Amino acid sequence: MNVVVENLHFSYPGKDVLQGIDLCLEETEIMCIVGPNGSGKSTLVKCIEDLLKPQQGRIILGGTDSGKLSSLDIARIIGYVPQSSKQIFSTTVFDTVLMGRKPHSSWRSSSEDVDVVIEILTTMNLAEIALQEFNHLSGGQQQRVLIARALAQKPKVLLLDEPTSALDIAHQLEVMEIIHNLVHKQRIAVLMVVHDLNLASRYADKIVMLNDGVVYASGSAGQILTSRSIEDVYGVEANIHSHRGVLSVTPVRRVIGSSRFHQIKELHSY
Amino acid sequence: MSDVEALLRQSKHLKKSYIKHKSRKKLFVIILIPVVIILVGSAVAFGTADIAFFDVYSTIFRFFFPVISSSTGNADIIIWKLRLPRILMGLLAGIALGSSGAVMQVVLRNPLADPYMLGIASAAGFGASLAIVLGVGIVAGPYLIIGNAFLFSLISSGLILALSGRKGASPESMVLTGLALLFFFQAMTTIIQYFGDSEAVKVAVFWTVGDLGKSGWGKLAIITPLVLIGTGLLIWKSGDLNVMNTGDASAKSLGINVQGTRIFAMVVCTLMVAGIVSFTGTIGFVGLVAPHVVRMIIGTDNRILVPASGLIGAVLLVLSDTLARTVLSPVILPVGSVTAFLGVPLFLYLIMKKKGGIL
Repeated sequence: MNVVVENLHFSYPGKDVLQGIDLCLEETEIMCIVGPNGSGKSTLVKCIEDLLKPQQGRIILGGTDSGKLSSLDIARIIGYVPQSSKQIFSTTVFDTVLMGRKPHSSWRSSSEDVDVVIEILTTMNLAEIALQEFNHLSGGQQQRVLIARALAQKPKVLLLDEPTSALDIAHQLEVMEIIHNLVHKQRIAVLMVVHDLNLASRYADKIVMLNDGVVYASGSAGQILTSRSIEDVYGVEANIHSHRGVLSVTPVRRVIGSSRFHQIKELHSY
Repeated sequence: MSDVEALLRQSKHLKKSYIKHKSRKKLFVIILIPVVIILVGSAVAFGTADIAFFDVYSTIFRFFFPVISSSTGNADIIIWKLRLPRILMGLLAGIALGSSGAVMQVVLRNPLADPYMLGIASAAGFGASLAIVLGVGIVAGPYLIIGNAFLFSLISSGLILALSGRKGASPESMVLTGLALLFFFQAMTTIIQYFGDSEAVKVAVFWTVGDLGKSGWGKLAIITPLVLIGTGLLIWKSGDLNVMNTGDASAKSLGINVQGTRIFAMVVCTLMVAGIVSFTGTIGFVGLVAPHVVRMIIGTDNRILVPASGLIGAVLLVLSDTLARTVLSPVILPVGSVTAFLGVPLFLYLIMKKKGGIL
């Protein structure tokens, strides 16, 4: 299923966060949203997930305006992985992942729901901790459980808000490989917010770079990850290397003359 | 062994462990049902006049099948007129307070929440004081106090529910509004009692502690459907409450109508608890402690937790009432004070026993 975002505007009182975002996410595509803190990445994901109501613009899921869909309809289409999640009363990992079956099941979980959860827990190497309490896990383990929960939804579109931020490099690669394989195996579309430009370069089919609530540029890693764009958007001088066809970004220093540098300096002076 | 075989074996082992884990929790509820039935029989048998344990059940059995055995005279009167209505009221109050407590703790995202969190108890206390001390109320006659207590409970929780319907209202703001209303109604009650006649004030104070002594079959006929339907509705919503335990955004992303479920659950709890409080007065601690006791034993699956909290609430309340009637017999203590005496040590023991506290 493809996702089209048209002219999306979102503001909090006194602050415009998104100012006319347009993007198109195709089926079996991984799109990474990158950009500095406060550029509107997470807000964009929350608008697509229907957690925030945009003031203007529309989101089309597989040809249907999402405004015409109920929360349950959207939950059957989109799996969402938040940055973090805190349970007020801790449940087991198994029960947490089983919640992902909620949009498809009734009051009682079916045997099929249990089998789906077991398959995902085993695939994601979470079987060992399946009966442990979610709140007692490390941040990285919790993040993997939340990804497992979203996968249990059997979504057509997967939205991930910084899914690898709490993971070590081995688990970062493991999670990205699982997502990469799923995209083609189950024909889903993935939109994820990432800070790690190297991870985006390696796994994204398309990168969208946001700056101050607008799309600065979008395209392949080769088109987007340039020294110029990184200096403009992040205020950082960076070297771009290519190794076996994969780009890697090495930040060198903050560029004192850049507009982004002055914005950061102003922010720190308060 | 190949990787595929290893994964299959791991999957089978996990399914077996999970089924065992769930069965243990269901077994807890299944065991609780006969425990409650035996407890009710024992509670009816205990009292100033001794009645044999099996006479209690034969008396109840005879009501439905009168041809099988003959009446035991006085025992019949004591059981049907005095003890059974009181104990059944305790049973229903325990179910209502326990199950509502479990639900309120989830919807308000607060482990310290109890069914009185929406100011129900203090508002009911004010309504009752108004009727007892000043004789003012919406209905006259024997239902003057009950009617007033019920009305003011609904006013208090209605204000909070109206707030929760507003955009951006959080569980925290509802808890704070509940606290504000609690202090407001307490202050109003104090003013009424300050100017009231000393005998009337004594009655009003006794009412606020909670007592099952005025129970009767007429009152049970009103409260039974309220509690049974209310608890049924809470169990029906318990699957959604499981998801709400992970936070509002998370629950919404899984298709739950968070605001609708929260308001629905609070309306059901309010009606059920306001009904109970109006007939029994404020019986504290059961709604707070029963859900935590159950969570410590079987975890947090609300589909099992809500009915189990109701049953543990019933056990706690019937047990407390039996002690209240027998410890200083013939003096009967207010049951509300005994629930705290019995519940606090049990609660503290479980907190100390569980590693990492109550959460």
